[in-house]
Amino acid sequence: MLHYVIKRLGTMVLTLAFISVIVFVVIQLPPGDIVTSTLERMEASGMQASDEYVQNLRARYNLDKPLYLQYLNWIFNFVQGDLGYSYIYSKPVNELVWERLGYTLLITISAVIFTWVVAVPFGIYSAVRQYSIGDYFVTVVALVGLATPNFLLALLVMFFAWEWFGISIGGLYSMEFRDQSFSIPKLFDLLSRLWIPGSVVGMGGTAVTMRILRANLLDELNKPYVVTARAKGVKPIKLIFKYPLRIAINPFISTLGLLLPTLISGEAIVSMVLNLPTTGRMLLQALLAQDMYLAGSFLMLLAILTVVGMLISDLVLAWSDPRIRYE
Amino acid sequence: MMTDNILEIRNLGVRFQTDTGVTNALNDVNFDVPRGKVTAIVGESGSGKSVTANCIMRLLQPPGKIVSGSIQFNPSRTEPFDIVAIRDRDPRIYELHGGLISMVFQEPMTALSPVHRVGNQVSEAILCHRDVSKEGAMAEARDMLRRVGIPNIDTRIEMYPFEFSGGMRQRVVIAMALVCNPEVLICDEPTTALDVTIQAEILTLIKDLQAELSNSIIFITHDIGIVAQIADYVVVMYQGRVLEIGTVRQVLKDPLHPYTKGLLAAIPGNVPKNVRLSTIATAVGDADITTPFPLKSVGDGRLVSLP
Amino acid sequence: MSEVVLEQPPKAIPLETPEELNLLTPRQLAWRRFKRHRLALISGVILVIMYLVAGFAEFFAPYVTTSRNVSAINAPPMDVRFFEHDGTFHIRPFVYGYDLHINEHTWAREYTENPEKIYPLRFFARGETYELWNLFEGDIHLFIAENEEGEGYIHFLGTDQLGRDVFSRVIYGGRISLSIGMLGIGLTLFLGVLFGGFAGYLGGWVDRIVQRMIEVLQSLPTLPLWMALTAALPAHWSSLRIYFGVTIILSLFGWTALARQVRGRFLALRNEDFVIAARLIGSGQNRIIFKHMMPSFLSHTITTATLAVPGVILGETALSFLGIGIRPPIVSWGVLMEQAQNYQVISMTPWILYPGLFVVIAVMAFNVLGDGLRDAADPYNMGGQ
Ligand SMILES: Nc1ncnc2c1ncn2[C@@H]1O[C@H](COP(=O)(O)OP(=O)(O)OP(=O)(O)O)[C@@H](O)[C@H]1O
Ligand SMILES: [Mg+2]
Repeated sequence: MLHYVIKRLGTMVLTLAFISVIVFVVIQLPPGDIVTSTLERMEASGMQASDEYVQNLRARYNLDKPLYLQYLNWIFNFVQGDLGYSYIYSKPVNELVWERLGYTLLITISAVIFTWVVAVPFGIYSAVRQYSIGDYFVTVVALVGLATPNFLLALLVMFFAWEWFGISIGGLYSMEFRDQSFSIPKLFDLLSRLWIPGSVVGMGGTAVTMRILRANLLDELNKPYVVTARAKGVKPIKLIFKYPLRIAINPFISTLGLLLPTLISGEAIVSMVLNLPTTGRMLLQALLAQDMYLAGSFLMLLAILTVVGMLISDLVLAWSDPRIRYE
Repeated sequence: MMTDNILEIRNLGVRFQTDTGVTNALNDVNFDVPRGKVTAIVGESGSGKSVTANCIMRLLQPPGKIVSGSIQFNPSRTEPFDIVAIRDRDPRIYELHGGLISMVFQEPMTALSPVHRVGNQVSEAILCHRDVSKEGAMAEARDMLRRVGIPNIDTRIEMYPFEFSGGMRQRVVIAMALVCNPEVLICDEPTTALDVTIQAEILTLIKDLQAELSNSIIFITHDIGIVAQIADYVVVMYQGRVLEIGTVRQVLKDPLHPYTKGLLAAIPGNVPKNVRLSTIATAVGDADITTPFPLKSVGDGRLVSLP
Repeated sequence: MSEVVLEQPPKAIPLETPEELNLLTPRQLAWRRFKRHRLALISGVILVIMYLVAGFAEFFAPYVTTSRNVSAINAPPMDVRFFEHDGTFHIRPFVYGYDLHINEHTWAREYTENPEKIYPLRFFARGETYELWNLFEGDIHLFIAENEEGEGYIHFLGTDQLGRDVFSRVIYGGRISLSIGMLGIGLTLFLGVLFGGFAGYLGGWVDRIVQRMIEVLQSLPTLPLWMALTAALPAHWSSLRIYFGVTIILSLFGWTALARQVRGRFLALRNEDFVIAARLIGSGQNRIIFKHMMPSFLSHTITTATLAVPGVILGETALSFLGIGIRPPIVSWGVLMEQAQNYQVISMTPWILYPGLFVVIAVMAFNVLGDGLRDAADPYNMGGQ
């Protein structure tokens, strides 16, 4: 097991290194940089920048160095916890991202929980009662859920909550808690509202997961070992839970890894619609304003979140499936 | 009153209905399984041997369906009943499974769950049928595993099936089947997937255990050699029908049905050295083996499907 | 991404005997398996219709995208009727014109039907002039609404805040959203087959590099990256260039699943008996690839490609909704929903969400069709269990 963990950690570091290059290239892509856009603004307001000023500015953002040095500089500082300076907010990136990232994590986790809580029972149901009315119903709902863009779902939920119940579900806290400092009731308020973005973000993933579980379970249900277990007298409910489900759940755990990029993507857009203080909106602003450090940090941190999540799902998988652990 | 047949199968018919058509897997199958003896079912692939076994175990899966007949079961421990007639949710089915009748499957590689430890899987069979503690069940499982010849029980019992060889796995499956001391043990080609030396070991094991526990065995195979070694009675099946029933001696020495004759002629070692081995088809020749004549008695307790 | 498996229960018997079944060619068998999925067939038909309508948007839409009806700003959808309020029957369907009131309390515009204004529908009638595909001038529309005096309008799905017909714009938007799906999939196919094929056929370090690449790309949250890339598209680009740019960006991350599959197929096929046989009788490499290996996985590739279209459509919709995808004056379904950023707008004019309905239908149809194709492509799926 230890051997496996080490191997897996190694590939994770390698993957992250690759990703950091991609992220760096992506944020370098737009023509121009902070300095040129600063100069443009100065010129627009009628100021002339001296050459010396430009040089200083370029040096300050390391823009006078070759690209690979810029990259190394960026990633070196990043690893040490210095995420750079946000130009649009005039603040260190460190002061901006962590709280938002925390909320993103919170919503993603609630989306995962929603996904599992809904997908597991319905997946089992529609496998065991294959071709029943209930199976069809679940299938159709899953198809619609899969085809509905996250943001549309968010808009609809918001719209109907307003029309039918007269409640505004935007934001993470209810009105009365918004300006309060942190307290236990405020925490409960947060938790009670979290399931809305959680379920909206998790909808598509739930549909996928449910269908995967159903297919896996159907595959397993007629395997010889299930028949053997039946032949030795195991009762139906226990039979399904102890044997096929136990094995069908393994590929299912690994789909969590595949799910995470989707969930984090979904979270970015849903939080914009629902007006949640997470990464989405600020990332968009940073991208549009070419605020390189801020955008780069967000992209990199979201990627780390995904990759670490996948690592966890792999380790859980190894823990649950002896065949992998013993490899 | 107890008869000396533990199972009496009468007019059993099974049909598979799929997209591509209807298959009559069993037509009017009739035979008895004598108590405390080994009854072999022989027949080529697709003749309906496994389907018959699944009917006895009530394990037939859709699209398969029993369309006629009865399977009278006369256990010594409980009241006799007709296995075909009881409902799906009848508690007797769970008693039947593993308690009264057990089954050993062809593929030891896939018959065990890959993610549960061996000890767990064997002791579960006990827990399903008797009210004992987990530790008690585990102790009994350990006992049974020792009897089927698993070495180093203490470490083995904690291992997963994929760490076992094929022969060892089959021993585990046999232990699992016998641990509740069922009255009938059905072995569906238990040695086909194993290599020859292991085959012999497993056969000896089954024979020894049968002598010890004196349960009734239905042994399914297409290997006449194995039949000669292990069986007391033989049922010859072909295309979902029973062609011939008799003791091993009767059937192997003096086959009455042309198909049985063909089957025996196609066995290496049964013919003189320089004579070419025939296929079943050439040995059967022009004889009509497809018309479903009803079984008729020809004395000495022998039955054969001939006009 | 979409792993939905849609199955239908095996239908009861009235098929052929196994002997007859053996006489069918693999293609006939595949078609037969596909037909069993009635839903997949329906989806295919729906998609063909959608693509046709989008392709001839100029004809099917009563208005062009930019035309405004200033007497109907944010007007609700109209009902097509056969009966007047007083019960009079018209053989020719008609709509009622709008009456505008200003709400005394909220000052909001409110439209009601005006039973005096009856605008009968006219089919294949002359309406606004357009240029079909920027090539042919024309003014024949499938339908318009006009009374004897030559006045009238029809807004099936209402109008937006500039008085533009939502229905017409949905049709034109479909042209962009659906074509991006197709174009994107073309690129995805190209990249997937290229990388997957090289990895699978050459093996060795090429394979290892491609696999690492796939792993990295699959562990990236796509939307933020798409956002980063589309935001980098220069502001001065024309809408058309942006359209192609967005398409490329969307396919840049989508090819991994396909490449994986192609690679797997190649690896498996390399050792497949009939390929080895071909090699033994001395067929050249190219011949082996194109004659023997290609056809056997073409069907799977097409299936995976079909299942990848929804991702592209949904991606475009999301990006355009955020205002960083397709840019006006070109409209796509996402662009149309861009106005719907908050619930005040939605609760006043919920009909501007209609484009979303078409996204859902198109994506669903592609998913179901893909499932049907997948089942049909599987040669071991011979019906039955
Ligand atoms: N799941 C199924 N679906 C359709 N037909 C089936 C199914 N299982 C069995 N059959 C039919 O029943 C017939 C008998 O099958 P069975 O498995 O009993 O053969 P067998 O004698 O055990 O052969 P083998 O020696 O290969 O195990 C087969 O020819 C087949 O047509
Ligand atoms: Mg069999």
